[in-house]
Amino acid sequence: MRKVGVVGCGTMGAGIAIVSARAGFETRVFDTRQEAIVKAKKNAADFLQKSVERGRLDADQLPLIMDRWHGSSDFADIADCDFVIEAVLEDLHVKHAVFSELNKLCANETIFASNTSTISITEIAGGSGRADRFVGMHFCLPAQLMKLVEMSPGLNTSAKTWSVAWNFALALGQKPVKTQDTPGFVLNYFLIPFNNDAIRLVEQGVAEPGEIDKAIKTAMGYPMGPLELVDLIGTDTQRLLCDAMHGLTHESRAACPPLVRRMIAAGRLGKKSGRGFYEYSDQKMFGA
Amino acid sequence: MAINIIVAGSSRSFPSGAEQLAQLESSCNAVLVIGENSDEAYAALPALQSSTFCAVELGTECLAQHVGLDDIERHRNTVGFARFRLGDAEPTNLIELVRQPWTGHEAVTSARALFERAGFTVAICEDFPGRIVDRLIRPYFNAILRRFDEGLASAEDLDATLRLGLGYPEGPLALLNRTGLRNHHDVTQALYLALGDVDFAPARRAQVAKFRAAG
Repeated sequence: MRKVGVVGCGTMGAGIAIVSARAGFETRVFDTRQEAIVKAKKNAADFLQKSVERGRLDADQLPLIMDRWHGSSDFADIADCDFVIEAVLEDLHVKHAVFSELNKLCANETIFASNTSTISITEIAGGSGRADRFVGMHFCLPAQLMKLVEMSPGLNTSAKTWSVAWNFALALGQKPVKTQDTPGFVLNYFLIPFNNDAIRLVEQGVAEPGEIDKAIKTAMGYPMGPLELVDLIGTDTQRLLCDAMHGLTHESRAACPPLVRRMIAAGRLGKKSGRGFYEYSDQKMFGA
Repeated sequence: MAINIIVAGSSRSFPSGAEQLAQLESSCNAVLVIGENSDEAYAALPALQSSTFCAVELGTECLAQHVGLDDIERHRNTVGFARFRLGDAEPTNLIELVRQPWTGHEAVTSARALFERAGFTVAICEDFPGRIVDRLIRPYFNAILRRFDEGLASAEDLDATLRLGLGYPEGPLALLNRTGLRNHHDVTQALYLALGDVDFAPARRAQVAKFRAAG
């Protein structure tokens, strides 16, 4: 395997592209938005420069990695990739449209992967035209720093595809874990309700956000409190995750707490808006 | 000014005694009632008006079980506390300090200051079953145990995912096995009764551990 396609260069796609290029793969990064490609490429160079400054990357590697990073807004540039990872909007119809197009362009043996965090791999694969050559590969945010990849086979994923994809994840320098193809896989299945429970403690007046986060960090040794984490990912994103998860599982803990909807209406989106459960003066993103 | 520590049976918060509190120089009069029989010891105390605060150690019960729900002069300076401890593990550095809506401000701030001077991290919460930590981690642990039973992933992959994905120091299954599923059963059973919420009902694996421990 030599060439990797990454479709969608938002935060996740841009991170995955760094992982791929850094691991030595020719990496084609597709997005319909030219400005997103320009931004992703600059962020990749900035991130790698920081890695050099921190002694995590040899300086002579930086230009080689960036030489392997190719942005394009032409789908045809993905056509000769051996492995394509999709990281577009969490919408089944959008993903089906992307894979349907890719299926026409790519070689028969090209393997498709989705970075979805909530949607069924089998359902996405069902609209890809190659359900047997399809896997779930959920990278963690920020992908360029986090080693974990949740890998899920769909119902029709072939043993050969699974084996190739698993070895590809290892070749990327990642730590793959196998999970069932069920909503939220492992990480989001447990994290979204956990965060909701913390939000409900605030709603119910059990404790202030700072007291809740302090208690969890001290008692459990977690690096972040749940409300700090919600502020980091954004209350708007938390709502989207809740709606997706609850829509699939109907589990009450996954339902979006009313306080989240009120906070969104009030513009309290978390760190990115300067205010969520906490107030912020620094709105820098990961690794910036 | 003095700290009067009343020991009423074995204490989950201070299993080796509360020396680190007893040795503090106090700027206020404080009474600490620790141990599994703290309810009886607290009830037997004379009037507490001369004390800045009285801190009663809690188990899974609410502070209201000791002081009632009404604003009565005798209980106005009384706070509840528990040092969080997961099963058989050593107690953590967290003190959950519990107040009622009518608990005096000075009692809360003085109790917090005393525990902090003893080196603890203090989180203040209102008087709800499970306080903060148990309210959050018990349904999460139950979900972990249930989904593990359902084959979501291997124990190693479940734990690795949560360690690597969220930076947790230990995976939840390893943590529960190390600290005791039987204890998880007891805490969740108490919270299930108190809250009536099925997410707190003890998970099958915890029920089995409890049953087998009972012989």
